[in-house]
Amino acid sequence: MHMADALLSPAVGATMWAATASLMVYSAKKLKDDPDDRRVPLMGVLGAFIFAAQMINFTIPATGSSGHLGGGMILAVLLGPHAAFLVMASILTVQALFFADGGLLALGCNIFNLGVFPCFIAYPFIYRTIVGEGPTKALLFTGATLASVVALQLGAFGVVLETVASGISELPFASFVLLMQPIHLAIGVVEGLVTTAVITFVWQARPEILQMAQGRIDRDFSTRKVLAGLALVALVTGGIFSWFASAHPDGLEWAMFHAAGQEELEAPKGAAHAALAGIQEKTAFMPDYAFRQGDPGEDDGEGVEEPWPAVSAGTTAAGIVGGFLTLVLAGLIGFALRLAGRSRETVTGA
Amino acid sequence: MTKVETALGSMSMNGLDHGVTRDTLTGSIDPRARLITTMVFIIVATSFGKYDILGLLPLVIYPMVLMALGTVPVRSIAKKLLYVSPLAIFIGIFNPLFDSRILVHLGPVGISGGWISFATIMLKFVLTVSAALILVASGGFDAVCQALARLKVPNVFVSQLMFMHRYIYVMTDQASRMVRAHSLRSFRRSGMSLRVFGSLIGQLLLRTLDRAQRIHTAMVSRGFTGEIPLMRELRLAGRDAAFVVSWSALFILVRLYNIPLWIGSTLMGVLS
Repeated sequence: MHMADALLSPAVGATMWAATASLMVYSAKKLKDDPDDRRVPLMGVLGAFIFAAQMINFTIPATGSSGHLGGGMILAVLLGPHAAFLVMASILTVQALFFADGGLLALGCNIFNLGVFPCFIAYPFIYRTIVGEGPTKALLFTGATLASVVALQLGAFGVVLETVASGISELPFASFVLLMQPIHLAIGVVEGLVTTAVITFVWQARPEILQMAQGRIDRDFSTRKVLAGLALVALVTGGIFSWFASAHPDGLEWAMFHAAGQEELEAPKGAAHAALAGIQEKTAFMPDYAFRQGDPGEDDGEGVEEPWPAVSAGTTAAGIVGGFLTLVLAGLIGFALRLAGRSRETVTGA
Repeated sequence: MTKVETALGSMSMNGLDHGVTRDTLTGSIDPRARLITTMVFIIVATSFGKYDILGLLPLVIYPMVLMALGTVPVRSIAKKLLYVSPLAIFIGIFNPLFDSRILVHLGPVGISGGWISFATIMLKFVLTVSAALILVASGGFDAVCQALARLKVPNVFVSQLMFMHRYIYVMTDQASRMVRAHSLRSFRRSGMSLRVFGSLIGQLLLRTLDRAQRIHTAMVSRGFTGEIPLMRELRLAGRDAAFVVSWSALFILVRLYNIPLWIGSTLMGVLS
C-alpha cells in the first residue's frame, strides 16, 4: 500500500510531509520528556524484527498491495503510540531508501497512512478500549483484528485522497474508493488475524511482557492530548490542502512559475467546499488538458505551462527526435564519465 | 533456499551500501548537499504536468551522471526498478482507460492522452526512485543519517534509523534460520498455517525482546546514558554548495524550457 512519488503532486507531498514531520517532532519530544535508556535498543531491534517478520509473510496473493504484516499495531502494543510511530517512520524510511518502496516525496504520505492511523487512532481508541486492563483471548482477538482492519481502511482511504488530490491519476474518486477499500478489507482481516496470533502467543508465553509494556504506556499517554494533537494536524492539513486546491486548480504547477500567468482563481466558498470542488474538478474533466486544448491563445508566452505541445505533425516529429536525442546525449555523458572513472581507477591502481 | 533467503538476496542491501567508499567523486560530497539536491530533483520531477513526458526526459541526466561518478552498481539499481511499485502501475494503468482522447498522431497511429500520462507516471517513477536509491548507494546509509542529524531531525529518530539498520541483518538472519528449520520439518507443505506463523513470529519476537535486553545491558556497561553520540565531522565546502546550486539550476532550467522539443525543432529546421 505504499504511495509512490510518481502519483503525487509536490503540493500534496509537501503537505503530508508537513503533517508527518510535525508528528515526528512531537513524538520525539514526548520520548525525550520521559527518558528510558532501555527504549533505545528496544525500538531499534523491534524495527528490525518487523522487517524480518515482513519477509516471512508473503502469503497473500498479489492484489497490488504487498500484503505483509503491517507491524504498526504490534509495535503500538509493545512500545506505546509515540515510540511505535517513530519506529514505523524509520521502517518506511529504510524501505524508501533501499527497496524503492514509494519514494522520498511520498514518504510523508506513507508514514502518515501506515504510522499515524495504527499508532494514534486504531491503537488508543479501538484496541485499548476493547482489550482494556484484563486481556482475554477473545478480547485480544476482537481488539487486534478490529484495530488492524480500521487502521488499514483509513490508510487505504488516505492513499485514495492523496492520489485524487494530486490529480495525476485519471481514476474517478468513487471507483478508486470502491477499488481500494474492499481489497484492504481483506488484507486488514488477514493482518488482524496475524497480529492476534502473535500477541496471543506472547501473552500466553510471557504475560509479563505485555503487562510491562502496558504500564510503561499508561505512564506517558493521555488520550485527550492525542485527540487535541490530531485535531490540530487535521486542521493544518485541511487548511494547506484547501489553499492549494483553491489557488491551483491544476494542482501540479509550481507557485513560483505560476505567479504571473494565473488564469483563473476559483472563488473559494469556504475551505472545505473549495477543496472538494478542486478534487471534483480534477476527477471530472481533466481541466488542464481540456482547457489548453480548447484555448491555445491563453498561453502566456513563457512556454512553461504547456502540458503537451499543440497537436501538429511537425511538433510531434520534433518532439520524438528531440526526446530521442536527449536520451542518447544523457547516456553518452554517463558512459563517458564512467569510462573516465575506470581509467582513473586503473591508473591509481597500477 | 528458503523464501526468506530469496527475499534477502533480492533486497541485497549489502550490494547497495556496504563497501561504499567515500573516495568516489559523489561520495565525497557532503551528504547534506546530496540529500537537498535529491529533494529538489524529486520535487521538480513530480511537478511536471501529466502529459509532459518530453520535458521530463532531460532529468535522466542526473541519475546517469551520479551513477557514473559514484560508481554505483547500475545493475542492482536497475534490478530494484524492475520491481516497479505495484501501486504506481496499478493506479496508473487506469489512465489509458479513462482518458482516451487522442493527443498525438504518429502517422496513422493515434496515441491517447491516457497512454502518455501513464508513460509519464512510469518515467517519474523511475526517476524519483532511482534518485532515492542513488542517495544511499553513493555514500552509504550512515552518511544519510549524519546529514539528517545535522539538518535538525530529532536525535531519537536518527539513532533509531542507525540502530535498526544495523540489526536488520541480524534479525533477518535469525528469521531465515527459523524458517529453514520449519521447512526442514514440514515435509514440503508449502506455506505456513496462521497458527504456525503466529507462534513462529511470536518466538522471533520473544528472542528479539531478549536480544534488546542483552544489548541494553552491554551498552550500559560501556557507558551508555540514553543518547547515541554521533561522530560529526561534516563540514560544508564550496564544492558542496556548487553541487547543490548547479544541479538545482539545471533542474529548474529543464522545468522551464522544453529542451528535447527545442533540440528536435532546431535539428528539423536545419535539415529541412
